[in-house]
Amino acid sequence: MTPELMEAGARRVGAAQTPAGPGQTESGGRAAGFSRLAVPGEVDVTHGRILYLEDVHVAFDGFKAINGLNLDIAPGELRCIIGPNGAGKTTMMDIITGKTRPDRGTVYFGSTIDLLRHNEPGIAQLGIGRKFQKPTVFEQLTVFENLELALKTHKGVASSMFFRLDSAQQDRLAEVLRTIHLAHQPARRAGELSHGQKQWLEIGMLLMQDPKLLLLDEPVAGMTDEETARTAELFLSLKGRHSLMVVEHDMSFIRTISEKVTVLCDGAVLAEGTLDEVQGDERVIEVYLGR
Amino acid sequence: MTTPISIQLPAPAPLLTRTGWTGFIVALIVVCAVAPALNLWVPEGSPLHLSDYAVALLGKIMCYAICALAMDLIWGYTGILSLGHGLFFALGGYVMGMYLMRQIGRDGNYKSDLPDFMVFLDWKELPWHWALSDSFVATLVLVVAVPGLVAFVFGYFAFRSRIKGVYFSIITQAMTYAAMLLFFRNETGFGGNNGFTDFKRILGQPIATQNMRMLLFVLTGLALLGCFLLGRWLVRSKFGRVLQAVRDAETRVMFSGYSPLPYKLTIWTISAMMCGVAGALYVPQVGIINPGEMSAANSIEIAVWAAVGGRATLVGPIVGAFLVNGAKSWLTVTAPEFWLYFLGALFIAVTLFLPQGVVGLLRRPGKARAPAQEAAASAPATASAIDANAASLRKEEGVA
Repeated sequence: MTPELMEAGARRVGAAQTPAGPGQTESGGRAAGFSRLAVPGEVDVTHGRILYLEDVHVAFDGFKAINGLNLDIAPGELRCIIGPNGAGKTTMMDIITGKTRPDRGTVYFGSTIDLLRHNEPGIAQLGIGRKFQKPTVFEQLTVFENLELALKTHKGVASSMFFRLDSAQQDRLAEVLRTIHLAHQPARRAGELSHGQKQWLEIGMLLMQDPKLLLLDEPVAGMTDEETARTAELFLSLKGRHSLMVVEHDMSFIRTISEKVTVLCDGAVLAEGTLDEVQGDERVIEVYLGR
Repeated sequence: MTTPISIQLPAPAPLLTRTGWTGFIVALIVVCAVAPALNLWVPEGSPLHLSDYAVALLGKIMCYAICALAMDLIWGYTGILSLGHGLFFALGGYVMGMYLMRQIGRDGNYKSDLPDFMVFLDWKELPWHWALSDSFVATLVLVVAVPGLVAFVFGYFAFRSRIKGVYFSIITQAMTYAAMLLFFRNETGFGGNNGFTDFKRILGQPIATQNMRMLLFVLTGLALLGCFLLGRWLVRSKFGRVLQAVRDAETRVMFSGYSPLPYKLTIWTISAMMCGVAGALYVPQVGIINPGEMSAANSIEIAVWAAVGGRATLVGPIVGAFLVNGAKSWLTVTAPEFWLYFLGALFIAVTLFLPQGVVGLLRRPGKARAPAQEAAASAPATASAIDANAASLRKEEGVA
């Protein structure tokens, strides 16, 4: 039995047991749950969650950076994470992307992929893109080459040696170049770009990866007001097609983009809700203004 | 969003630019036709005659240039400084040396089938690792396979453990030092501290004739040009750009979905194989191989050549190998006691004042170049940098 045959069988079973026509099943138009196979590498979001973190703990030399963190993100959601310094925001992203192993806890991508079983490149291939706090681009390469490297494709040695952009990929590259406002200088070295442009280039590299979930660590730090506004516009346009998790300190930026905000403190979730709700929360005021 | 602008995406860089190809073909002609003609047919005493000494020296330096090129791939492009490339060079040399020892046949001092040093040690038969040494084909395979395998195994464990930077450099230095101690021992079966020498034949032909020297010179030149083309093909592919990305921001490479391990391991192994080829061409030309080739200083010198010429340019390290070794052969004759001071001072000066090397110095400042233009840019660089010897000068331009 090959996986294809099993899937085909499962589809037939599903078709036989499901009433004809979409939207008539109890799962609200989504694929029915029975006989559904876990396809390796495919994210299963039928339960309405693309990322689950449950009871995650990490300690560095006794310091509890993450202490019983529970968090989940819906497909297409744009979630903002705020919190004072040392709240564990970056550590949380390190855990999701495989850079740090938690001491205990579960981290799932969709309902079938256990992220703790994958390494950094594997997690990136699964569809989680990450932007670092400090913009990290390949400074000696051109803008074009930076984006080309990030392109979603086979990433083995042999395929890289013989790689050529096909026309669909060229179109995609041109589209991203336009989106990040670097279309007029694709041959410029990334090291010569301004800080804000590097931030944009890094975001562009994430878009080239076509991730299902984007983790963005302080994406508008060092940007001008105009660049910040354009970034907000970009994120809002990504919402729906991609899930986004944005860590930011810039409250006005968060107000522009967010519907739901999570406040982290001492490695755990302190409050969750709209920005106004969390800003009115007694405990949140306490951690931000000091006790 | 404003109206879409039509975007000119940069075209993929060609293997060599037009100037690059011209230079390459000139180099090919110089190595295969001009140098042999000047050496074999121009009568001695004529100002155009290329002396046997010059042929031997240039042949040796071209072997070094292959090493410098190999070093550039791993250090200049991938950012991994190896201080153990002398080992791979010596391994290639030893494989060739074993074949040459077997070619001596019964003409040694002891008139035995076994190499002299084995008779001296009172060994009765060849050790197991000499089994393939009488086959020239097997030797050609092993010349790349042995350094390649050693590099692969060493590299796999080092890169998998994410050993980086100066730690990696130190363990490569330790690796070549350990190998040197091993090869110094008589029991290892590689001739101990005397190594292999007194070669007589290669493929049944006498090795010490003018024609054979010239043939080896031409082969070395072709190997250098071939390695240059291979290197150029590698670094201009997406593979090469991933290597540079690993050098500049390895975490970003990982989070872009690339596993750095196979990339590092591939270029590391290719680099070691190139050194093996260089060693195999070196031994018949200089007529000796001994564990001294694995000494720490030799490996460091390879890094100096690459740094002096200019890292991440491919042409630079070749220029560097010619410059430094040219200076070496001149200084060790005129002022031998100053050579090491000179080498040390050169390395410091280049690091402080010429981070881009000689090739970088001669590039027009203030203008960013696409990688494709680099090769072309280095031709004038080379021309003005070297005036040591007519043949070497033309070869340099050619390689650019």
